[in-house]
Amino acid sequence: MTNYKVNRREFLITSGKGIGALAIGAAIPGVVSANGLMKVDANNMLAYDVTPFVNIDATGAITIFNTRPDMGQGTWQSIPTIVAEELDVDPSTIKIKMSEGEKKFGGQGSGGSSSVRESYEPLRKAGAAANQMLRQAAAAKWKCDLSDTKTDNGKVIQISSNRTFTYGELAIDASKLEIPKEPKLKERSQFKYIGKETKRQDIPLKTAGKAGYGLDVEIPGMVYAVPVHSPYIHARVDTLDDTEARKVSGIIDIIRTERDNHPIKAETVTVLANNQWSAIKASRLLNIKWIKKYDDESMSTQAYFDKCKAEIEKAGNKYPESKGDFDTTYKATSNKVSAVYQTPFASHAALEPNNATAWAKGNGVELWAPIQGTDWVKQDLAQYLNTNIDNIVIHPTFMGGAFGRKAFYDYVREAVMISKKINKPVKLVWTRETDMTQGPFRPGMINAVWGSIDANGNVNSFHHKIIGESIQGQIFHADLTSKADDWALETIGFEDSPYDIPNRYHSHALVKTNIPILWWRSVYSSTNAFGQESFIDELAHAAGKDPLDLRYEMLKDQPRFTAVLKKLEEKSDYRSLRGQSGKNIGIAIARSFGSIAAQAVILSKNGNGVKIEKVVSVIDCGIPITPNNVRAQTEGNVVMGLTAAIKSDITFNQGQCDQSNYHNYQIMRYPESPEIKVYIMENDEKPGGVGEPGLPPVAPALANAIHNLTSKRIRTLPLDLNNI
Amino acid sequence: MAKYKLTINGKKVSIDADPDMPLLWAIRDLAGLKGTKYGCGMAQCGACTVHMDGKPIRSCSTPVSIVKKAKITTIEGLSADNTHPVQQAWIEAQVPQCGYCQSGQIMSAAALLAGNGNPTDAEIETAMMGNLCRCGTYPRIRQAIKLAQQSMAAAATNGKSKSSKP
Repeated sequence: MTNYKVNRREFLITSGKGIGALAIGAAIPGVVSANGLMKVDANNMLAYDVTPFVNIDATGAITIFNTRPDMGQGTWQSIPTIVAEELDVDPSTIKIKMSEGEKKFGGQGSGGSSSVRESYEPLRKAGAAANQMLRQAAAAKWKCDLSDTKTDNGKVIQISSNRTFTYGELAIDASKLEIPKEPKLKERSQFKYIGKETKRQDIPLKTAGKAGYGLDVEIPGMVYAVPVHSPYIHARVDTLDDTEARKVSGIIDIIRTERDNHPIKAETVTVLANNQWSAIKASRLLNIKWIKKYDDESMSTQAYFDKCKAEIEKAGNKYPESKGDFDTTYKATSNKVSAVYQTPFASHAALEPNNATAWAKGNGVELWAPIQGTDWVKQDLAQYLNTNIDNIVIHPTFMGGAFGRKAFYDYVREAVMISKKINKPVKLVWTRETDMTQGPFRPGMINAVWGSIDANGNVNSFHHKIIGESIQGQIFHADLTSKADDWALETIGFEDSPYDIPNRYHSHALVKTNIPILWWRSVYSSTNAFGQESFIDELAHAAGKDPLDLRYEMLKDQPRFTAVLKKLEEKSDYRSLRGQSGKNIGIAIARSFGSIAAQAVILSKNGNGVKIEKVVSVIDCGIPITPNNVRAQTEGNVVMGLTAAIKSDITFNQGQCDQSNYHNYQIMRYPESPEIKVYIMENDEKPGGVGEPGLPPVAPALANAIHNLTSKRIRTLPLDLNNI
Repeated sequence: MAKYKLTINGKKVSIDADPDMPLLWAIRDLAGLKGTKYGCGMAQCGACTVHMDGKPIRSCSTPVSIVKKAKITTIEGLSADNTHPVQQAWIEAQVPQCGYCQSGQIMSAAALLAGNGNPTDAEIETAMMGNLCRCGTYPRIRQAIKLAQQSMAAAATNGKSKSSKP
């Protein structure tokens, strides 16, 4: 793992800043070549590790490890499928186990839609290495050449004789061999499982109510803990009156605690009880006077957006990469467009609230929790407790949704600290109200965009300015006073956005707030794409062109983008819908996390508003490992993207969050969810991300459709579908 | 604290609880059935949906003291082995992503189809609107309800033709 650029997705907790938030997707270091991988499993003398990812016991049962925690995005299926393909065993017949942060597995984090794209090559090699070792073991027994062997679903076959061994019969011998560094990989045409319609092994557990989430963990002797955090988030306890709370049956104690995860270091109060309900009930009866750390102004969304807007015309920090001369061209061109787009703060609002079960023992801790990064938490807790990493034992559970939130480990540290304090196992559960009011949140952002169209109707200049608080700045202490935030350029920078515009640059203006922020599904791509893709449509209308045609012109040297748009045009019946009255369509396209996704939103008129009739999605994620799950993720991205565009926003007034539960932070419900059709592009490109790329184009496609249907341009989200 | 005798999934369960303890926590922590989930605590998300005498209720907002002799069914009691037609349809349509809300979704759908073998789209919307899914599995829930409806109708027809034989 040498010489890789540290960016947002690769930042690791080892930076020593005491931040329990993590890095999205570190590379897998030396997965195949790591030392010490061939040892017999000490816990089961009959089971053998054939490479760390594959374990075969004497009965022939094959276990493949999933190294990327599953928050619903389907790694429980996709990661083992990659190994199983090259190992040559039907993934529906294997056992899947979650890795627990062991060094030998390398990176074990889910985030930045990185799981498959970072694992694809190393895990194919891991599977192929195991396959080769099993064939070598068989060849030795048969005293034949390796080339006289082949495999088929868990068996090695001697080609010349048709004799077979099961993998189980070969596991002991195979595990003694050296792991080949460059095993031969299959051709894509040989794939039996990758790219096929396979079923997820976790789904029957979930339909039976048997999947184990963090909330379901029970440890003998554990104490239920429900913390009360200040509505001001950053605060100290002035006075605490717990008289009424202590009258609740089952209360063990009420103690002073803290939430300690930069940028938040706040005093809290925690109710300890012998059952969950008593702890929740008593937590509502506490009478606490808080001392706020920050003034209300710095914790107000209105004041924040006002400050953002004041930055629009000021010189921001330019990103290093640019093309041509924007200023001169823009000034000299008469057909100009400029627009300001506002996207709100958003809550992850995963259905499973933050929770963790911790048992502090000696210098270390054992933890059961829904977490996005197993190895990240291990490192974080070792640092937090100032102990050796081997003293940290982690059991990641299924996550009841996360969307980025469960890669910020304030709740984990809180549970650990309480367990240490009372010297007992502790199950900490945040109430929904705590989960929703405390954040961190997707930052509200302003995107200001300027562009011009020359006499031939071509876009000749473009400047996109990102304005708002910075994850890199607020959480990771980056100094952005004279430097643009290079994590914030997702989707719209030259790397992701290939629009051919001769004079173009991007800039950034930092606006600080004490409202805590964090990555939220697709991060800045979700807010940047709204600016860029709405604006491309505004340019098209100013140029008198159809927005799809303008995109074709500007992307003519980009075959993957063009192919996605062509597919979208065809599948959405774009041309016919553009000509209709009472019905219309809008589109948007964005690249993020290594994949290209386009969305088409089809609307009809509905009184003073509009109705979403249908959404058509096209995604180019390279080779899809599990196509059914690619469709599922893209459907989910449509629903989450629409929710962020048309449902509730997070607002702060007088230092407090206004929303507290699903009644006033509404997310899309069943009757509002439109028909969604997803199409996956066929190509041989290497796998891109899937969990997030569908989301960024959703909101701009909706706003563009609204404009095409009603001539009204929506530039501020959330919008009200019933009142356009 | 008071003593209650609940009937959960056909079994009698004796518990000691405060009268205001929501049924959700009695089911999870006292009866030890973890398939029913906590999401909001105020009947807004439906993750805690169980059946009370066959009707879907939000167990997070139902005090244990009012349950009395009503029969409670949780996801664990819908079938012993995932064989309920709604569970089968959910697997067939590959509905769950994170899965956390799905016990509640399945219980709402099962209650609907038990009482109405041929619901209209509007009736399905009414039955399902109380169950939130943050992963956005609604299109597949729609598909799975139709699948379950078909398989239940087919089973009913088979059952009838069998029982009509002498």
